[in-house]
Amino acid sequence: MLGWELPPHNSGGLGVACYQLCKALASKGAEINFVLPYTAEHNIEFMKIHAAHPQDVSAVLKAGIAYDSFKYVKNTGEVEYIDILGQSAIYEKAVERIIEDAEFNVIHAHDWLTCRAAVRAKQLTGKPLIVHIHSIESDRAGIEHGGNPLVREIESMSMMIADKIIAVSNHTKKSIVREYGIPASKIDVVHNSFDTESLVPESGANAYKYLTKMKQDGYKVVASIGRLTIQKGLPNLLTAFKEVVAREPKSLLLMVGSGEQYYELINLAAQLGISKNVIFTDFQRGKGYRDAYSIADLFVMPSVSEPFGLTPLESIGYGTPALISRQSGVAEVIKNCLKVDFWDTDEMANQIVSVLRSDALRDELHRNSLSEYERLTWDDSADKLFNLYAHHRTEALAV
Amino acid sequence: MSQQKSIVLYLHVHQPYRIRHYTIFDAGSKHDYFGADYDDRRSNEQIAHKVAAKSYIPTNQKLLELLHRHPEFKLSLSITGTVLEQLQQWAPGALKSFQELVQTGRVEIVGETYHHSLAFFYSQAEFEMQVQMHREKVQELFGVTPQVFRNTELSYNNDLAYWADRAGYKAILAEGWDPVLGWRSPNFVYRPTYTNNIRLLMKNYKLSDDIAFRFSNREWSEWPLTADKFTHWLSQSGDATNFNLFMDYETFGEHQWDDSGIFDFLEHMPAKWLENPEHTFMTVSEAADAYQPVDQVDVPHTTTWADTERDLSAWLGNPMQQQAIEALYELQTPIIKSGDFALIEDWRRLQTSDHFYYMCTKWFNDGDIHAYFSPYESPYEAYTNFMNAWHDLRLRAGAQ
Repeated sequence: MLGWELPPHNSGGLGVACYQLCKALASKGAEINFVLPYTAEHNIEFMKIHAAHPQDVSAVLKAGIAYDSFKYVKNTGEVEYIDILGQSAIYEKAVERIIEDAEFNVIHAHDWLTCRAAVRAKQLTGKPLIVHIHSIESDRAGIEHGGNPLVREIESMSMMIADKIIAVSNHTKKSIVREYGIPASKIDVVHNSFDTESLVPESGANAYKYLTKMKQDGYKVVASIGRLTIQKGLPNLLTAFKEVVAREPKSLLLMVGSGEQYYELINLAAQLGISKNVIFTDFQRGKGYRDAYSIADLFVMPSVSEPFGLTPLESIGYGTPALISRQSGVAEVIKNCLKVDFWDTDEMANQIVSVLRSDALRDELHRNSLSEYERLTWDDSADKLFNLYAHHRTEALAV
Repeated sequence: MSQQKSIVLYLHVHQPYRIRHYTIFDAGSKHDYFGADYDDRRSNEQIAHKVAAKSYIPTNQKLLELLHRHPEFKLSLSITGTVLEQLQQWAPGALKSFQELVQTGRVEIVGETYHHSLAFFYSQAEFEMQVQMHREKVQELFGVTPQVFRNTELSYNNDLAYWADRAGYKAILAEGWDPVLGWRSPNFVYRPTYTNNIRLLMKNYKLSDDIAFRFSNREWSEWPLTADKFTHWLSQSGDATNFNLFMDYETFGEHQWDDSGIFDFLEHMPAKWLENPEHTFMTVSEAADAYQPVDQVDVPHTTTWADTERDLSAWLGNPMQQQAIEALYELQTPIIKSGDFALIEDWRRLQTSDHFYYMCTKWFNDGDIHAYFSPYESPYEAYTNFMNAWHDLRLRAGAQ
């Protein structure tokens, strides 16, 4: 299996999804060789982890996320500057070397960064290739622009060559068909899930003392947690929140995260005249991250395009119901969420106000979403994958 | 002479005024809660047209033929004020076809609340007002006065029976629910506890649901249900006087589509039943007159004809539903005092039980979308629309 990150050295949902999927697959008897682009200690026993790069994980961590670092620090301390395509190429070379010794029946690759390596592995071994799509370039960069043509080419090429494509949601499947003209019959949807036991329990008083105090004075809190980037649709949330504040002045919006839209969003809040009601916290980990969910009366994920989206599930786990955009994969999994088109700011405001005005709505929404949440398991996803492996393995043998 | 056995067929006709997509941007400025665009799925006008064409007109035509063909054929209808108004406005042909049925003298109209509300459980004064409004509407359109009462969703308890007895009704309708009946059969006339004159007719839900719910279900072991088979079952139930087949009128053509064969069933069932001279049909008040009560029935807790629980939980089971309905009745005094008829009527239309049914989360949660009969995407959307309208209503009422 070819991946780009695993917890605890992950920047987002991809690492978590890979980890949970492999864990569930291994429990069903799958033997997994997992290739990563960095060297690190993992406390993982259910599969074998290979480092494809001589890159030290501390450099990855320092850069914040593995995706936008040009600085490449080797284990020896040597520094080079390599862009992300270059890193992908190094990964490909390393995979060539690793497959000489490893025994496997199926190649399973996660997202475009591993795709060149995956295609190369298929070319060298003739083994069936499953490309697992957690997001495509147009999700990340916006449909109007379509993103980086080099990335698009890699995505397109590898999906054409793949024996099977897995999409994490119907939303993503549709995007793949739309952007790359891949036949829908070649794409299976295997929804991501959530390991409810992985949620770190809340402890002690909430980290947001100011918000705790304001809530005692009758304020309500809406939270948004995630990267401040175009994909997340946050300007629309601010526009909607102006209408919320106009009707329920005791409303606060907590925005947790960092990203290239940071200043733009601060500026927009000021232009809209709601600066006093919007609180930016920057990037948070640990308690600051968890407590943002639990202090909120409503969690909002207004993404323009969200292949899956784990944050609403975390929110439900921390006791807060969610309003999510229809353009998200998680909307296919949790029914008891409020749903809105990402562009419909009036409807967003309408639904936010409704929840802020009614504890009955908030509590009923949360009670029902929690019972859906508690039924989530990676087992079903692993079962689907296992069947796919078996099918393609037999098919490959028959050829 | 041995008593004739009768089928007591009773059909309930109702359409609510559905609330359009009504947002916080509308509250305080627009008061047209029920005015969805025609192509919107919440358009009352569009639904009135559709249900008239698919259900009311063809079914009434069939019923009228049956009434002409079989002098013994009879039935009872309850028609809410909200559907009568909508038919007057948008489907006068369908209204006329109901009037023609009643003109035969063999179709009885049952009394109820005008707005199909749960007012009995929240405001006695409002409840009585709506029953009176319905009585006047029925007199105006059909020239008859209801003698038998049914409350919204067939909700029933001892208090309601006591009220209906004092109000002079001959009979009252209720669900023939096993925990209430115990070993007893619904196929007899009963007397409610604590009453003197009124009779209790209880729905035979097994036979009624065979038609209303299971008729087109191919998984059902008795599918297909023919008139032969159905009347044979009835003939086989030895000890019985009256088979109370109570169901939604929209069973015919709307819940069970034409292609299920439901109209053929309706066409042939009376002839099959009447083949035996000891068999007949009765309206609800005829059954109350014809048969002596065999026992009294005590119903301290409210029953309805809905769901496996047969209680009010589909309407009042979750906190959203409870808060919404309580908020609505809190406005009673300022709204009635305002003397503003448009305001009062909007308030009453919001009392229609369907609005609270749309907020029910129990099926939504189980993923059984098919059982979830609602023009809204989710119970939360239904609640938000309702409460936005309520906020506007409160502003209009000048209430604090």
